[in-house]
Amino acid sequence: MSGPIEPAARAATPVTQMFGTLVGVGLVCGFLIVTAFQATAPIILQNRIEARARAVLQVVPGAVESHPFRFVSAPEPHFEAAPADASDGELVFAAFAGDGALVGVAIPAEAMGYQDVVRILFGYAPGEQRVVGLQVLESRETPGLGDRVEKDPAFVGNFAALDVTLADGGEALVHPIEIVKPDPTRSKTPWQIDTISGATITSSTVARMVRDMAALWVPRIAARLEDFRPEGAR
Amino acid sequence: MNESPFSLFVSACLVNNFVLAYFLGICPFLGVSGKLATASRMGAAVTFVMLVSSVCAFGIHALLDAIGAPYLQLIAFIAVIASTVQLVEMFVKKVSPALFRALGIFLPLITTNCAILAVALFQTNKGYGFVQSVAFAFGAGLGFTLALVLMAGLRERLELAKLPDVVKGTALALALAGLLSMGFMGFAGLGGGAS
Amino acid sequence: MSETIRPGQEPVSTTDEFLKGLWKQNPVFVQVLGMCPVLAVTNTARNALAMGLATLFVLVCSSTAVSLIRKIVPKQVRIVTFILVIATFVTVVDYVIQAISLELHKALGAFIALIVVNCVILGRAEAYASKNPPLRAAADAAGMGAGFTFALLCLGVVREVIGKGALFDVPVFGPSYQEWVVMILPSGGFFTLAAWLLLFNALRQRRARRAAADAAEEVAA
Repeated sequence: MSGPIEPAARAATPVTQMFGTLVGVGLVCGFLIVTAFQATAPIILQNRIEARARAVLQVVPGAVESHPFRFVSAPEPHFEAAPADASDGELVFAAFAGDGALVGVAIPAEAMGYQDVVRILFGYAPGEQRVVGLQVLESRETPGLGDRVEKDPAFVGNFAALDVTLADGGEALVHPIEIVKPDPTRSKTPWQIDTISGATITSSTVARMVRDMAALWVPRIAARLEDFRPEGAR
Repeated sequence: MNESPFSLFVSACLVNNFVLAYFLGICPFLGVSGKLATASRMGAAVTFVMLVSSVCAFGIHALLDAIGAPYLQLIAFIAVIASTVQLVEMFVKKVSPALFRALGIFLPLITTNCAILAVALFQTNKGYGFVQSVAFAFGAGLGFTLALVLMAGLRERLELAKLPDVVKGTALALALAGLLSMGFMGFAGLGGGAS
Repeated sequence: MSETIRPGQEPVSTTDEFLKGLWKQNPVFVQVLGMCPVLAVTNTARNALAMGLATLFVLVCSSTAVSLIRKIVPKQVRIVTFILVIATFVTVVDYVIQAISLELHKALGAFIALIVVNCVILGRAEAYASKNPPLRAAADAAGMGAGFTFALLCLGVVREVIGKGALFDVPVFGPSYQEWVVMILPSGGFFTLAAWLLLFNALRQRRARRAAADAAEEVAA
């Protein structure tokens, strides 16, 4: 780059100087990085927790605070309070009203969509035995087509009061969730999810996630409502 | 995530093509896509380095995780990729002079190819396992090669066309890339979401 | 790097140093460098601005740092040192953006980390900062960074206005506007940049023709 370097000058740089420079620069850089990491780590953690809480409160209307709970299957299946920043294990997020009563439980799910992974969060209200809200957390679906799962009011409306009433044994739903093509001539039952025509794959991916996760989690949660206590999380 | 390696491969190669959907490695894409022969060699070199650095990145991530220093990730990746490229260069030179002559000048250029660093970053961000990482890196490399070769074919044809001076060069190459990218959108859905 | 500094050509003041990056040597439109982020994160004006500022910050910091240590770094290890310095600042920026807004960090994705391999930055460090005093290096870097941000905004604004009918999330056309979704898609990025380059090429050619005509007139007179 900077014109010809004479061979003599090249040979003159001692190895110790090269090592010294690299180690020196490395030390300063390391110091900078660690300082920045230490300074920002608590803020970032706080941001993460807040973002998650916001999403939970959005899919469970009427709740004011939320705490993560982890499902532990052995020795006795139960839910235990997880730390606010937990990210491992089978997590659900319980949402509580101001007086500490359980309003609903937000359940996360992810699956391969049309383009890339779609991650969602949906709220289940045990009192009403319904799915009460859905939010798409992450998707790279085609704008104008696949991203209608976030914006299309008819599709989002599917999850405002989706029937997930448990059958008597408490093991299965009375009406398993059905995924159907929209059809104005037929009357819609509360346990059906209409897909979006024109965005069939993405919308049925989302619908399938809700169907499968509801079938898995609703019996688990409904049988152990007393595990969810706001005090337990603190 | 428990995606199958094959689905990851198809996704990285076609659906989420690194060049045409993620805009990674645009510099070599525009710079080396003039001739078909050089384009395919560049593609081969990139695929090769991607595979090697993907394996290395997997190791580094495991190591940094073990010692609890996630903040060193970026520095470690870039340092390792730069040295991998050099090592690969020396190794290929020693083992297969023919291959070295074929890849030749392209190897050093690869250090600044953001697609390589992106493979390392994506696979750690998404938490892929070893086999998944390798499938992903291989798909990304092949996808890069495919985009490069297609582009080179188009540009060789364009050499023969009569063009106004204004559009010659990068502007036209970009417009072509835009058309190619629209074509690749047709692959959406191949990734395995449909049932 | 494409640019060589010749004695007669060197700009005189620090201000000139800054201004050349904005227009005459704009890293994107003139030097065609650092294209990956230019295309990838410009689907909205907000992302474009954030990415531009992040790059500006890394550029100024690393250029200043490189210029400060330019005399003690042996030639043989200078590229390694530069990359080390750049990677440090990028890591710092990555954490700062996460602390400011997680949403923004998600939108920019891996492209923050990929600032490391943005050739504009290594290019300025190698071609300018390693040969000039810190103040000039900082001015040069700030100019290049501002030019880069300007170019990103050019794309981001066009893509968001046409593709979403909005600017910085504020609707500009009203609800009846039919969005050109293609502008938000990857191909839209290629098309928009192609159009901008075309415009710049045309302008430059017209200026060159004018200059040639003027020169011819002078000779004739």
